[in-house]
Amino acid sequence: MNTNSQLVTHHRDDFGSKMGMWLFLFTELILFGGLFIMYMVYRVEYTEEFHLAAKELNLALGTLNTMILLTSSLTMVLSIVAIQRGSKKLSVFYLLSTIGLALAFMVIKAFEWGAKFSHGIYPGGEALANLSNGEVIFFGLYFVMTGLHALHVLIGVVILLFMLIFLLRGKINQENNIRLEAGGLYWHLVDLIWIFLFPLFYLLH
Amino acid sequence: MSNSVATSVKSFYEYQGKHKGILGWILSTDHKRIGLLYLWSMIGFFLVGVGLGVLMRLEMLTMGPTIMQPQTYNAIFTLHGIIMIFLFIIPGLPAAFGNFFLPIMIGAEDVQFPRLNLLSWWLYITGGIFAIVSLFLSGGPIDTGWTFYVPYSIRTSTQVILPLLAAFILGFSSILTGINFITTVHRMRAKGMTFFKLPLFVWALYATGWIQIIGTPVIGITILLVIVERLFGVGLFDPALGGDPILFQHLFWIYSHPAVYIMILPAMGVVSEIIPTFARKHIFGYKAIAFSSLAIAFIGTLVWGHHMFTSGMSDTARWVYSLLTYIVALPSAVKVFNWVATMYKGSIRMSAPFAFVMAFIVLFSIGGLTGLILGSVATNIHVHDTYFVVAHFHFVMFGGTGFIFFGALHYWFPKMFGKMYNEKIALTAVGILTIGFLMLYFTMFILGYEGMPRRYYDYLPQFQNLHIFATVGSWVLVTGLLLMFGNLFVALKKGAPAPANPWGSMTLEWQTSSPPPFENFNYHPEIKYGPYDYEHYDEAVKDEYK
Repeated sequence: MNTNSQLVTHHRDDFGSKMGMWLFLFTELILFGGLFIMYMVYRVEYTEEFHLAAKELNLALGTLNTMILLTSSLTMVLSIVAIQRGSKKLSVFYLLSTIGLALAFMVIKAFEWGAKFSHGIYPGGEALANLSNGEVIFFGLYFVMTGLHALHVLIGVVILLFMLIFLLRGKINQENNIRLEAGGLYWHLVDLIWIFLFPLFYLLH
Repeated sequence: MSNSVATSVKSFYEYQGKHKGILGWILSTDHKRIGLLYLWSMIGFFLVGVGLGVLMRLEMLTMGPTIMQPQTYNAIFTLHGIIMIFLFIIPGLPAAFGNFFLPIMIGAEDVQFPRLNLLSWWLYITGGIFAIVSLFLSGGPIDTGWTFYVPYSIRTSTQVILPLLAAFILGFSSILTGINFITTVHRMRAKGMTFFKLPLFVWALYATGWIQIIGTPVIGITILLVIVERLFGVGLFDPALGGDPILFQHLFWIYSHPAVYIMILPAMGVVSEIIPTFARKHIFGYKAIAFSSLAIAFIGTLVWGHHMFTSGMSDTARWVYSLLTYIVALPSAVKVFNWVATMYKGSIRMSAPFAFVMAFIVLFSIGGLTGLILGSVATNIHVHDTYFVVAHFHFVMFGGTGFIFFGALHYWFPKMFGKMYNEKIALTAVGILTIGFLMLYFTMFILGYEGMPRRYYDYLPQFQNLHIFATVGSWVLVTGLLLMFGNLFVALKKGAPAPANPWGSMTLEWQTSSPPPFENFNYHPEIKYGPYDYEHYDEAVKDEYK
């Protein structure tokens, strides 16, 4: 694929790779930062309506999803630790668990969105059209922010699947596991963003 | 100026990688090849942008319709903006010259993430293709202006989604380049290359990298939101549903003002390379220039509100933004004074790159100072959205970054292509370019001050003469461009072989053959002196590279 692969490999620089990953995560935070600013502005503008609309969300499912994502972060770390200690099997198991939990999150998310849609709460939906402007904005932000987050979960799953292949082929091993660590960092970011989304939409009444 | 080394070492052009022919270029992870890929694609887009600009000026030659209809005019100024900003001047110096020279200037073999670097170029090309394809899709070419202001960008029937997607992808490419450069500067410096021995172009690229990382994601999300808005009508920017269009403007300028510094900082870095080389003197105030790059990068992220003085904003916000705008002018002025001070008692050799720098200092200073007129609230109200603004940013962007892009091209041409160009013709081209530039854009200051609004298809009779003068200026400018590119093209074909160090410079990119070998150096560079310590020239530079 590249003309100077021998060059790339003969100075492996894990610290540098991690630095690049952190910088990338920083840009992801700012990407969501734009949305958080919007949330803040509109929350100040439509405080009452935001209170009202937030009650429509399903707190039980939101909490369940939070627990699922937090657990997936744990299994992610365990997968990295396992490979660093030389246990490929265990590492694969934990990585598969992480992917499984991510998919569970997506399924629950789909049920939540589905329920909203069936009640006519979606952009352009008849129920939403009867609500006040502030509530429309709340649900607009809800769909956009959790939607973008869900997209990140899916990207995360794809990344983790690649990591799985690398693990199985031995490209990620006890000595060289920086890619798994970088993938893990991305996964933690996905988790972290949800940790902020959850209170903003589900808990603040 | 020995040439023997250059011929004994295989250059990166001759290096045979895995792939041959065109694939050896578009699949190469060699930073030098990627830099050249960027350079060629950018010059291509630039010429398209120039063509569109010439058409606009031709339309303004007479009142009423001259060669096109109003809707075409709207599309053309939008495209001119999108192409020049997103495809030429933002990637501009970092992607072309930064890619080629950053690793060499710090004594490295490549950037930290070579494959990511190639991905950046592919994203760039994808974005460019999207932008062009969008012209032929349903709805026709986008007509919102390059700023995509809502609610018009949500309601217009032209093709908006694809150009927005193009801008998003280009932003992603820019972010990846920024990440790559920052990590490279931190991790890949040669032995002895401390931060304060870095060439100032590297400092500028480093600061630029940070703006790319901090600013670009904000426009990313803003663009995504406009796309979502068009597809689903969520209402976040739609006043009819409770959304706030002003919020779009804020988010847009949070990126797009710092983007101005993404454009100008690398140019300032190039100026800081060219002046010491041709004055053969240590740069005056090395640290002041290095830190002023960082200062511009960080204060520059806080001044976006000055684009919105007339959009509806509290008085407090207005004077705060105005004050910050004045503050960000200080580090820029620090640089200008340092450059001029470097020349004092230097032994100046007049050459094409240096001539570009001279033109730059004058044009950029005019552009910068008129920026302050726009940045103060009272005068802004009068000249907002007039040709005054158009003139201002063309002085900064074209007279500033554009001229230095050409200056950099002339400065590094021997190194990149291993050929020398005709200096006299190049100098003549600089002269013609400058005259054409002033005729075209200085006239716009007057037009704007007298009340000619920007983006208008037609104008009142009293503006007729000035518009004709400006249009003639655009022809002179194009003549200069053709002469300059023609000269370089001839040099590419028939130029004399370039020595390793034609300008007698001290920075590392000249301490290797022209063009450089695949691994950049045939020795391991060790750095003992600063990049501009010309008093140590004889000790620092090996004989074969003098």
